Amino acid sequence: MATTTVTPAGRRPAAGGELTQAQKDAYWRYNVTLTTVLLIIWFVVTFIISGVLAGALNNITILGFPLGYYMAAQGSLAIFVIEIAAYAYLMNKKDEEYGIREEG
Amino acid sequence: MSLDKIFGLYTLGFLGITILIGIGEAIGLVTNQMIGWIFMALSLLIYVFIGIVTRTSNPDQYYVAGRGVPAVYNGMATGSDWMSAASFISMGGALSAQGFAGLAYVMGWTGGYLLLAVFLGPYLRQFGAYTIPDFLGARFGGNQARIVGVIGAIACSFTYLIAQVTGVGLIVSRFIGLDFNIGVFVGLLGVLFCSVLGGMKSVTWTQVAQYIILIISYLVPVVYMSWTLFSIPIPELTYGQILQRNNVRAIEITRDAKEKETRALWKQEADEANAKIKAGGVPEAEVEKLKAQAALASRQATAPAASEDAKFGRYLTVPTGTGMWNFLALTFCLMVGTAGLPHILTRYYTTPSVRQARTSVAWSLFFIFLLYFTAPAYAAFARFTIYAKLVGTKISELPRWVTLWQPAGLFSVVDKNNDGIVQWADFVVRSTDFVVLSMPEIAGLPFVITGLVMAGGLAAALSTADGLLLTIANAISHDLYYNVIDRTASLAKRLTITKVLLIVTALIAAWVATFRVAIIVELVAWAFSLAGASFFPALVMGIWWKRANKAGAVAGMWVGLIVTAYYMIGSRFYGVSWFGTWTIASAIFGLPAGFLTIWIVSLLTQPPPQAVQDLVVSVRYPKTGQATKGDPLGRDLPAGAH
Repeated sequence: MATTTVTPAGRRPAAGGELTQAQKDAYWRYNVTLTTVLLIIWFVVTFIISGVLAGALNNITILGFPLGYYMAAQGSLAIFVIEIAAYAYLMNKKDEEYGIREEG
Repeated sequence: MSLDKIFGLYTLGFLGITILIGIGEAIGLVTNQMIGWIFMALSLLIYVFIGIVTRTSNPDQYYVAGRGVPAVYNGMATGSDWMSAASFISMGGALSAQGFAGLAYVMGWTGGYLLLAVFLGPYLRQFGAYTIPDFLGARFGGNQARIVGVIGAIACSFTYLIAQVTGVGLIVSRFIGLDFNIGVFVGLLGVLFCSVLGGMKSVTWTQVAQYIILIISYLVPVVYMSWTLFSIPIPELTYGQILQRNNVRAIEITRDAKEKETRALWKQEADEANAKIKAGGVPEAEVEKLKAQAALASRQATAPAASEDAKFGRYLTVPTGTGMWNFLALTFCLMVGTAGLPHILTRYYTTPSVRQARTSVAWSLFFIFLLYFTAPAYAAFARFTIYAKLVGTKISELPRWVTLWQPAGLFSVVDKNNDGIVQWADFVVRSTDFVVLSMPEIAGLPFVITGLVMAGGLAAALSTADGLLLTIANAISHDLYYNVIDRTASLAKRLTITKVLLIVTALIAAWVATFRVAIIVELVAWAFSLAGASFFPALVMGIWWKRANKAGAVAGMWVGLIVTAYYMIGSRFYGVSWFGTWTIASAIFGLPAGFLTIWIVSLLTQPPPQAVQDLVVSVRYPKTGQATKGDPLGRDLPAGAH
C-alpha cells in the first residue's frame, strides 16, 4: 500500500509525486557518497588492518586476543554488520526525507 | 496467527522435543541410534509439512514468494540459503587446521554482503525481475546476455549443489549408519517436497525453519564449553584466553623431546615414501598411495610452531609475501563470489520493497554473522582440547570423545614412538570435520546434543540445496524455455516444466554425488570464482553505468569466465602460476578482465537504446508507487501474477 510520508519543506516532491532534477541529483549524490565511504572502510578493514597489518597488530593483545587475529576473525565481521545496518538505516531515512513512497 | 508467533512457538516446540529426548536418554529410554533417527525424521517431517501448507501455483508466489517476505524473515532465509554444509560442518575444522590463513573464509563469506548491499541488492529489487538471467536479458536486451547468464547460473549452482548433496549423504550415513547412497536420496525427498510444491514460497519458509535449527545447534555445544571453562557463556569472548594457552602449548610441544622423537619418525616415513617414488619402478596406483602417505607423514612431522623460540605458534602467525597475497586474493574472490551467486541474489527479489531489501541484507548478514563469528571459537576450543587434554594422556586411557568418534575415520590416534603416551604428532587428522561434529562430546554434553548438531548440519545442507535447485530449475524453465524458446507457453505448462526440472536436476545431482568425487571441495571454491568473475562485473556495470551495453556485457561475462577457468584449470593441472596465486583465487584475474572488457567493448560499440538508459537512471530513485510492484520494463507479466 502506498503510504504518504510527511517530508521537510523544500524537499517535498512537487505535485504529482515526481522529484525535480535538482532533488534527484542531491539524493543520488548522497547515495554515492555514502556508498564510497562504506567501501573505503570495508577496504581498509579487510585488506589493510586484517591483512597487510595483521602481523604487526598481533603484537598487541586484548583479552587474550592478538589484535591482528582478532580483527580478521571477529572485528571485521562486526564492522561489516554495522556498515550494512548503517547503510540500510541512512538510505531508508533519506528515502522518507525525499518523500519517496513505496508500497510495503 | 502472526509470523512471529508461529516461529516462536515452533522454536519452543523444537527445544521442548529436544529436552524430552534428552530426558529419555538420561533415563535410558532412547539409544544413540534412536536419537539420530528421531532428529532426522522430525526435521524432514517439519520441512515436508511446511511444503504442503505453503504449496502454490501462482507464478509470483512460485518465483519470488509473492514479493511478500518481511525483511527479518528474508534475512533468516538468506542465512540458511547461504550457509551450506561447508559452513556448518567444515569451517570450524578448517580454521582449526589453518589458523590465521583460514580466516579468509570467515571474512570473505561475510564481507561480500557489503558489496551486495551497496552495489546490487536494492537496485535489483527495484528492477523487479524474477531471476538473474531475467535481469541481464532485460538490461542488455535480447537473448545473448540472458543465455550467458543461464549458463553461468547453472554452472556455479550445479557444482555447489553436488557438494550439498554429498554433505547430506555424509551426515545421514555418519549419524544413522544408513548407506551413503540411501542417505542422499532420503535427504533429497525432503528438499523436493518443498520446492516442487510451492517453489520460492515454500522454500523461503522452510529455510526460516531450517535457520532456527541450524543456529541453535551450532551455538549450544560451544556456548556450553565456554561456560564449563570460564563460567561465561560467550565463547566469542572467552576464546581469547584459549588462544593464549594454545599458543604456549604450541611452543612447548615444539620444544618437547618426546614430540621431537615422534616427529622425526614421521619425517623418516615421509622420506622413505618419497625415496620409493623417486627410485621408480612402482606401479601408477602405488605412486598415488605413496604420495598420499608422504603428504600425511610430512604434515604430522610439522611442529606447531616454526621454531623453538618463536613467539607465536603457526596458528596465530600471519602469512607474509606470497602467503599474504593469496590470503588477500582469496578473501577478495570469496567476497565477489558471495555477491555474485544467483541463488542469493534472487532472494532480494522476494522482499516487498526496496527499503525492505536494504534492511533485509542487513538482517541476512547479521544472521550469518552469528555463525561465522562463532566458528573461530570452535577452532580454538578444539585445538585446546587436543593440546591440553589429549596430548600427554595414556593411549590406554583415551577420553570418551576419542573412542566414540575414532571409528568414524575422521581422525585416529597412533602411538608412533610406542611410548604409550599421546603426543601431538600422534593425533592424525583425516577430516577436520571432527571439530564441529564431535564438539558436543568434547564438551561433555549428552548424545542428544550430537543429534541436534546432526539436525543442524542437515538443515544447512538441505536449505542451500533447496535454493540452488530452484535457481537451476528457474534458469532453465523461465529463462531458457519461456523467454528464449517458447514465449507462448502457458503458465500451467511452465510450472509443470519447472517441477519436472526440479526432480530431474535433483536426481542428476544425487547420482553425481554417489561417485564421491574427491575434487568436490575444490569445485565449491571454483563456483565462487566463476560467479564472481562472470556475474559480478556484468551486474555492477549494468546497474551503475548506463552506457554499458549488450556487446560489452556479453563479452565481459565470457572474458571473465574464460580467464578464470583458464587459470583454474591451468594452475590446478598444468603448473600455470601467476604471482604464485592459488587455484581457488582465480577470479582475482578474471574479475578485472571482465570489468575492463565491459568498459572497453561498450565504449567501442553503440550506446544502449535511450529507453534502457532512462531505465537505469530511474532505478536509482526507488520510485513512487507502481513501478516496484509491476514490471518496470513493461514486459507482459504472466496472467494472474497480481
